[in-house]
Amino acid sequence: MQDFSYVSAQTVSEAVSLLDENGEKARILAGGTDLIVQVREARRDVGLMIDVKSIPEVNVLDYDDDAGLTLGAAVECYKIYAVDAICNAYPGLIDATKIIGGTAIQGRAGVGGNLCNASPAADCIPPLIVLGATCVIAGPNGERELPVEHFCTGPGQTALEKGEMLVSLKIPAPASNSSSFYLRFIPRNEMDIAVVGAGASVTLDAAKQTIVSARIALAAVAPTPLFAEEASELLAGREVSDAAIDEAAQAAQAIARPISDMRGTAEQRTHLVGVLTRRALNGAIQRI
Amino acid sequence: MARKSHVQTTINGETVEFLCESRQSLLEVLRDELYLTGAKEGCNNGNCGACSVILDGRLVNSCLVLGVETEGRSVETIEGLAEPDKLHPIQDAFLENAALQCGICTPGFIMSAKALLDSNPNPTEHEIRYWLAGNLCRCTGYDKIVKAVMDAAQETSA
Ligand SMILES: Cc1cc2nc3c(=O)[nH]c(=O)nc-3n(C[C@H](O)[C@H](O)[C@H](O)COP(=O)(O)OP(=O)(O)OC[C@H]3O[C@@H](n4cnc5c(N)ncnc54)[C@H](O)[C@@H]3O)c2cc1C
Ligand code: FES
Ligand code: FES
Repeated sequence: MQDFSYVSAQTVSEAVSLLDENGEKARILAGGTDLIVQVREARRDVGLMIDVKSIPEVNVLDYDDDAGLTLGAAVECYKIYAVDAICNAYPGLIDATKIIGGTAIQGRAGVGGNLCNASPAADCIPPLIVLGATCVIAGPNGERELPVEHFCTGPGQTALEKGEMLVSLKIPAPASNSSSFYLRFIPRNEMDIAVVGAGASVTLDAAKQTIVSARIALAAVAPTPLFAEEASELLAGREVSDAAIDEAAQAAQAIARPISDMRGTAEQRTHLVGVLTRRALNGAIQRI
Repeated sequence: MARKSHVQTTINGETVEFLCESRQSLLEVLRDELYLTGAKEGCNNGNCGACSVILDGRLVNSCLVLGVETEGRSVETIEGLAEPDKLHPIQDAFLENAALQCGICTPGFIMSAKALLDSNPNPTEHEIRYWLAGNLCRCTGYDKIVKAVMDAAQETSA
């Protein structure tokens, strides 16, 4: 593996200064399940790894029924699904944390790393989008916030500017009569990368007959995970019905721009967007 | 030559000090610096589980941990499992069930099984299969491994 330096940063400002001073060659190390592999395979040129796992703010895991969830950028998957209140509030995010790699990967990998790696197929990003998550970003000029759907700008590319790091994710408390769901298609039962992934969150009225609002997001069908905005909006105010769900699934298919690769053809992926969007919506509704 | 850092950590209950480069994985440190060659290198990218060890009570792939990250932490490896005159019940169960052939995957499977039984002493077959999904075996076809873990669970929780 290429030679690099390692620093265990103790504060956000220390990590930000190191990032700012060292530019492109400095990378944040969270669980390392993407970064270490990329450096070993010479897919990323890194001169300095800044380990952020000792910084208090990136280890926060704080859920409150009113305030929602603050999820530190380095919190490992296994810690998230160990908290019952979080599992109940955000089942769609939990679906994703439980399918990333296997047990040993989930012992290190986190949602923040999954997001910052910005893979089009990243399993946590569609659930974050449908749950309305916001990125809390720290940089040389202070802190800013950004909705998750604007964070990824291309494969492996993010909206983080020079010197900036992700500190945490904020997810609003779930509305009453709402739930979420994420699923992916893979040829195996586990330990694989999504051919297509789909996440949905749905809020119903008190009678559980009418959709108040819904959000749909897709993985592995474009250079970045996609928020299917039109498909989401056309569900608002509709009765829960197969017809409404079919329409949303078709609208989601319309924005997919998949490629053909060894995991699947563009045609298969477009077909899967329809199937998985229906299942994600129905899955979320059944959980309400 | 790359600069080496001094690291102090606990391995199988004993305080250990070593020098390593930042780019050396925990797996490389264990095998090449500390001569604990039980953990194996299969894929070196997180897919096979042959390098599984327990870090602060949590199962990890030691090929995806840097040696320098283990400062002040606690590592359990296959070498720490048996007592001087007695194998660990999971090791016994693997022998009893002939749950290994070439054996290269075995230390990883046993550490993974140990982490499972530490957190869930009575897993179902389904839970065992999911937990072990990150450990690959090219020889056995898995059934005997799963059976061994079920037996070990019965033995240790009895
Ligand atoms: C065997 C295996 C199976 C996998 N299976 C899946 C899967 O099923 N689904 C899936 O989506 N992924 C999978 N992955 C990929 C990986 O495990 C996930 O993307 C994981 O969530 C990354 O998190 P991490 O904490 O390990 O990130 P790291 O590797 O530490 O970081 C990932 C990237 O984000 C950057 N980064 C991390 N944190 C920050 C921060 N706070 N601010 C700025 N930049 C940051 C890093 O510099 C790096 O470029 C798998 C990987 C392996 C090895
Ligand atoms: S060598 Fe570490 S997972 Fe294969
Ligand atoms: S016994 Fe040979 S790989 Fe498992």
